[in-house]
Amino acid sequence: MRVILASVLALLLSLSSVAVPALAQSNPNPAPLEFRDPAEEQRFHDLVLELRCVMCQNQSLADSNAQIAVDLRREVLELIRQGKNDAEVKEFLVARYGEFVLYRPQVKSHTWLLWFGPALVLLAGAIGITIIVRRRSGNAPVPPDDSQEW
Amino acid sequence: MTGTPSPSRSILRWLPLGLVALLGALLAAGVWLSRDPGREKLPSPLIGKPAPEFALPVLHEAGRLVSSDDLRGAPYLLNVWGSWCPECRVEHPVLTRFAETKRVRVIGYNWKDEHADALRWLEQFGNPYWLVLVDYDGRHAIDWGIYGAPETFLVDGDGIIRWKHVGAVTDAVIRDELVPLLDRIERAQ
Repeated sequence: MRVILASVLALLLSLSSVAVPALAQSNPNPAPLEFRDPAEEQRFHDLVLELRCVMCQNQSLADSNAQIAVDLRREVLELIRQGKNDAEVKEFLVARYGEFVLYRPQVKSHTWLLWFGPALVLLAGAIGITIIVRRRSGNAPVPPDDSQEW
Repeated sequence: MTGTPSPSRSILRWLPLGLVALLGALLAAGVWLSRDPGREKLPSPLIGKPAPEFALPVLHEAGRLVSSDDLRGAPYLLNVWGSWCPECRVEHPVLTRFAETKRVRVIGYNWKDEHADALRWLEQFGNPYWLVLVDYDGRHAIDWGIYGAPETFLVDGDGIIRWKHVGAVTDAVIRDELVPLLDRIERAQ
């Protein structure tokens, strides 16, 4: 339950940009990463957008200037160069920092509400509306009062 | 409308109120959770798993490397710190008091620091550590799942990570979490 509530809270917080105290050393001028080709750069950018900065928590690895994000970006590029596929890069980070690093958590028993909750709410709404509409049409409808002037 | 509403109908009438109350409760729970000062701490997936293997240089002895195997045999407390980290200043006296009890080896993990700054910091505030390991580029820190400082790990004699604390260690944390766990580990051995 705590996980679910925390997730909801994280969602709410992510909607507003909350200033988070920087515990990590921030490096104003990190050496920029150099890419071998545009394909590698594109893959890298797509990947870091899906990974959450473990320090700032409401930013992706791509957005954050925290020192740890700089380090992790470097590590991600290094893993790509080692020939790891996207899933393996994510696994590497999950093994060290937990599933928190994934913006799209894996479908597991403790995340199913997160994944399917919205669909369930939608379904419940649809059932509710169906019941109400059926009930209304089941009752004798009030005949339109033609004598009334509008 | 015709006559009195059927019982199911009156339940339906209260449904929106129930939903609003439910939503309110959810938001209240969220606010309540957000007051927890530890809400941003990440649980470490490494607890119960072997500590990552490393061979790191020692701050005070140029050229000496200490590996994870060298530290086997007895538990140790690994404290991540840096001279750039204000919270490390806060926990320093607490850590010093604990280190003086000589309960376990307290090992410093100097993370992303400058060599001279680290030495100066220890000279100024005192060195509570049995040994200070150095990770200037932060490469090994990723294997430990370190994302800030201070962070503190307890590794047992078999090299298994048993505990992690994010943020400054306090007397209460040592008394309520660390010492009971050490007792358990020692009894088991």
